[in-house]
Amino acid sequence: MSKKRPKLKPTTLVELPKETVGVYRPPRQQVFRDHRRFGFSNIVLVLVILFLFMPLFVVITYSFNASKGMRWTGFSLQWYYKLFFESRQLWRAFLNSFIIAITSSVVATILGSLAAIGIKWYRFKSRSYIQVISFLPMVLPEVIIGISMLIFFSAVKIPLGMFSIFVAHTTFNLPFVLLLVSARLDEFDFSIIEAARDLGATERQSLTKVVIPSIAPALLSSMLMAITMSLEDFVITFFVAGPGSTTLPLYVYSMIRYGVSPVVNALSLVLVLGIMVIALTFRRFLKTIAASS
Amino acid sequence: MKRERQLGIIYSAPMGLWLTIFFLIPISIIVIYSFLKKGLYGGVEWQFTLKAYQEMFNPAFLKVLWRTLWVSVVATAITLLLALPCGYAMARSRHQIFWLALIIVPFWTNSLIRIYAWIAILSSEGFINELLLSLGIIKESLSLIYNQQAVITVLVYINIPFAILPLFTTIDKFDFQLLEAARDLGATKRKAIFKVLLPSIRSGIITALIFTFIPIFGAYTTPLLVGGKDSYMIGNIIVDQVTKTRNWPLASAFSLIITLLSTLGVIWILVSGMQDKAKGVVK
Repeated sequence: MSKKRPKLKPTTLVELPKETVGVYRPPRQQVFRDHRRFGFSNIVLVLVILFLFMPLFVVITYSFNASKGMRWTGFSLQWYYKLFFESRQLWRAFLNSFIIAITSSVVATILGSLAAIGIKWYRFKSRSYIQVISFLPMVLPEVIIGISMLIFFSAVKIPLGMFSIFVAHTTFNLPFVLLLVSARLDEFDFSIIEAARDLGATERQSLTKVVIPSIAPALLSSMLMAITMSLEDFVITFFVAGPGSTTLPLYVYSMIRYGVSPVVNALSLVLVLGIMVIALTFRRFLKTIAASS
Repeated sequence: MKRERQLGIIYSAPMGLWLTIFFLIPISIIVIYSFLKKGLYGGVEWQFTLKAYQEMFNPAFLKVLWRTLWVSVVATAITLLLALPCGYAMARSRHQIFWLALIIVPFWTNSLIRIYAWIAILSSEGFINELLLSLGIIKESLSLIYNQQAVITVLVYINIPFAILPLFTTIDKFDFQLLEAARDLGATKRKAIFKVLLPSIRSGIITALIFTFIPIFGAYTTPLLVGGKDSYMIGNIIVDQVTKTRNWPLASAFSLIITLLSTLGVIWILVSGMQDKAKGVVK
């Protein structure tokens, strides 16, 4: 038995009279449970996860290799020494990435969650316009977003640099924030707001004292997601970056363009560990995040 | 009612304005540029012409377009065929969060690092070749990288979480007792899956399809880094037109085609979601 047993809902496919539902127990154990552990779908899942991790494991293993190439010659920590003490440009790029990730995710979280409240709870004219325009950036290939922004920035004469990257990252983060916060608002009981209003709360008070505290987990997880997407982005940044605004992915690109680089191997372990810590810290929200990506 | 309308607009206006200025206007500029004449040193001249669209029918571009379509269809098909059982197994598992974390950790890891990992594995002095050479199985390095197969492998690798996550979310909402009902009514296991499960999770399948097909169709980094000269895709053409040939109208025309394709995809997702809601198949 699974821990949560789905309730039998009346649907168009089967319609049992209500009184039978409580009495009748389908022979579920035999049907889909008996071969579950080694069933086809479980085997595929495990293989896919091995497929997802295998390249990362190889790279991380070779980050401890004494020599430069992919032939194992002995254990060494020299690439980690190089990464932490002799890669000033890399950390400079990391700092740039970090600044952009924080600023763009804060702005995207604020604008996106306000819009989610507006769209979920109120009816107004431009509502469907906002819904469509916030959906499209999620599916459009990054190349198109990057190029359209490059052309836009050059048309309105905004110089390429940290600011243009910040604008681009905020733009592609907004739809994800909107989706995540909307999903949380779906579960939110609007009568609580009405109660707050009846008790004399102003709109601003009900927002800051009732709504924001109760959707705080969603705000946190959407900000987290925005930060990871911003740190991760290469293609869009590639187009809108200017001199002096190299981000970590851009720097990594310049390092791997011509083959294997042991410092990148070492960096991989640091990044994967960082992501693992984040995913573990926010494991409660992984399901919401999955639902919105 | 009036107050309600005002509040809705006040809440949504900041994001609406932001996306209008930094998303809709840039896309509109692309639409306009695709009908303009190419400037001598990049940029455009304000003169209406359909030249960009004529240039698209250059056989060299058509070949790339055809290849892009082929690669996208194959990679998307592999991705979906692998992702469906994964989403099913995860939804039925008792340890959903554990599996989700395992999918999300590589997904969040920098995509360049993930592509790089494949370079380190497949290249002529990479992991596989060095391993086989040192074991004496092969005498000379195999060429595993800079070809179509490498591009498809890495595209599947990069995009499979995009398919697994929506499939998991939809299958998780599916009422599994329906499968048992089907079995009780005499359906075989295969029949129950094809006639009951798959139709009910249609909207999830369409979302997964769009969310993998479109990014693959517009792929740039993967064919650039693990593809050879003969695996260039349309994304690479667009970028070359902007950064090298400086033919902005042509790049805009190609981008417009992909944008239209994506918009159709979005409409398809929205419509199928609404149909399912109307039918009452999903919550």
